[in-house]
Amino acid sequence: MKYLEEFSDPVLAGKLVEQIHATVTKPWAMMEVCGGQTHTIVRHGIDQLLPDGVEMIHGPGCPVCVTPLEVIDKALEIAAQPGVIFCSFGDMLRVPGSGRDLFRIKSEGGDVRVVYSPLDALRVAQQNPDKEVVFFGIGFETTAPPNAMTVYQAKKLGIPNFSLLVSHVRVPPAIEAIMQSPSCRVQGFLAAGHVCSVMGTSEYPELAERYGVPIVVTGFEPLDILAGILRTVSQLEKGEHVVENAYQRAVRDEGNPAAKAMLADVFETTDRAWRGIGMIPRSGWRLSERYREYDAEYRFQVRDIVAEESAVCRSGEVLQGLIKPHECSAFGTVCTPRNPLGATMVSSEGACAAYYLYRRLEAPAEAVTTGG
Amino acid sequence: MCLAVPGKVVEIREEDGTRMGQVDFGGVLKDVCLEYLPDLQVGEYTIVHVGFALQRLDEESAMQSLELYRKLGALEEEFGDQWGLAARQAGERRPPGTDWEEASQ
Ligand code: SF4
Repeated sequence: MKYLEEFSDPVLAGKLVEQIHATVTKPWAMMEVCGGQTHTIVRHGIDQLLPDGVEMIHGPGCPVCVTPLEVIDKALEIAAQPGVIFCSFGDMLRVPGSGRDLFRIKSEGGDVRVVYSPLDALRVAQQNPDKEVVFFGIGFETTAPPNAMTVYQAKKLGIPNFSLLVSHVRVPPAIEAIMQSPSCRVQGFLAAGHVCSVMGTSEYPELAERYGVPIVVTGFEPLDILAGILRTVSQLEKGEHVVENAYQRAVRDEGNPAAKAMLADVFETTDRAWRGIGMIPRSGWRLSERYREYDAEYRFQVRDIVAEESAVCRSGEVLQGLIKPHECSAFGTVCTPRNPLGATMVSSEGACAAYYLYRRLEAPAEAVTTGG
Repeated sequence: MCLAVPGKVVEIREEDGTRMGQVDFGGVLKDVCLEYLPDLQVGEYTIVHVGFALQRLDEESAMQSLELYRKLGALEEEFGDQWGLAARQAGERRPPGTDWEEASQ
């Protein structure tokens, strides 16, 4: 398909790899923020084509993975109620809550439906006026505008039986949290291209400056990733730390003004706990006062949830780039995509699932964990 | 879930006061909300995520990027190079079964 094949061209990829080898003189560790990028990197073995000592640390940018356990448990509570149709993106179905998942609720008779778009959930609400329809609104700045528009439409069209269970997260505060962590090894970032398609690049220069890290806005195809890596190592080698846009075909500096205006109307900033990482101040969005009646947390009083995380799962360390999935003793044995113990094994954007799909037959684990 | 894919706008219409359209993803047509790109035209490419067009794709900068990558290393090829060596070494470490393998050898 146009814009996909051209940016996977193996000959050009080879040239970019050569250029990276020619540029690098020292070991460097950089983080790709987005799970979609992790998927491309592991699938194509991009990390294994890099010079020795150049390491890709996989970031927390998989929304399925970082949605807090408490919110998953809330979703399970709501979905199990009679008279509720619970709509969600497909990859949330298997995310383990404390003991069960949405799939289980569905098999026990709950009306859980997979939709492609939040607007589909709104349509379900219009078609079922006697039911409460709840959409599970998770995701980064890329998914927030579609969810915002859906709530805006519900209000505009007067659809009273629709609500959103919101757990949106934002990238810049996560970058800050990563850089402030004492165990941080990250020296540069590949920023998530589609997040920047919406938000633009204005939030990043300050972070690049404050933490002395290059931040390169990067796309998702193999050539995009390699170009992002090349620009990052070029900056690192020169001792620079500025924001660059290596995904110009889809990212304007100002982002998408219409989407940003809608976000400002529908959402407000809130503190948010990230699964496996913990509370990050001002890192999330919730519905603003004007839209509170569409907030499922207010509509359904589910409180007193005591969330319990699996004791073996090390997804928190995976999400912070402290270990690679192979280093978890449950990886590929008791924890598989069919029976995931942690959220990072669920979505193919999760690092554990990406390694399971593309790396599990590779021995020995150390060869991969060094990333070189 | 975060996946956003490029597609070509083939039709634009109004629905309940909302700007909607059909987008062609390599032969698969989908209904997409175009509200966030009020001046997107039929024939243009856009990045679509969960049924919403989020940004137009700029053909010119796509071409420029590809052109830039094509030119990489061109000088060295003429002089016989160190980079080719580096790439061959990189190639040897290429894992079996990656998509690039057949095409690049
Ligand atoms: S392999 Fe499974 S148990 Fe281990 S960190 Fe990943 S998700 Fe958790």
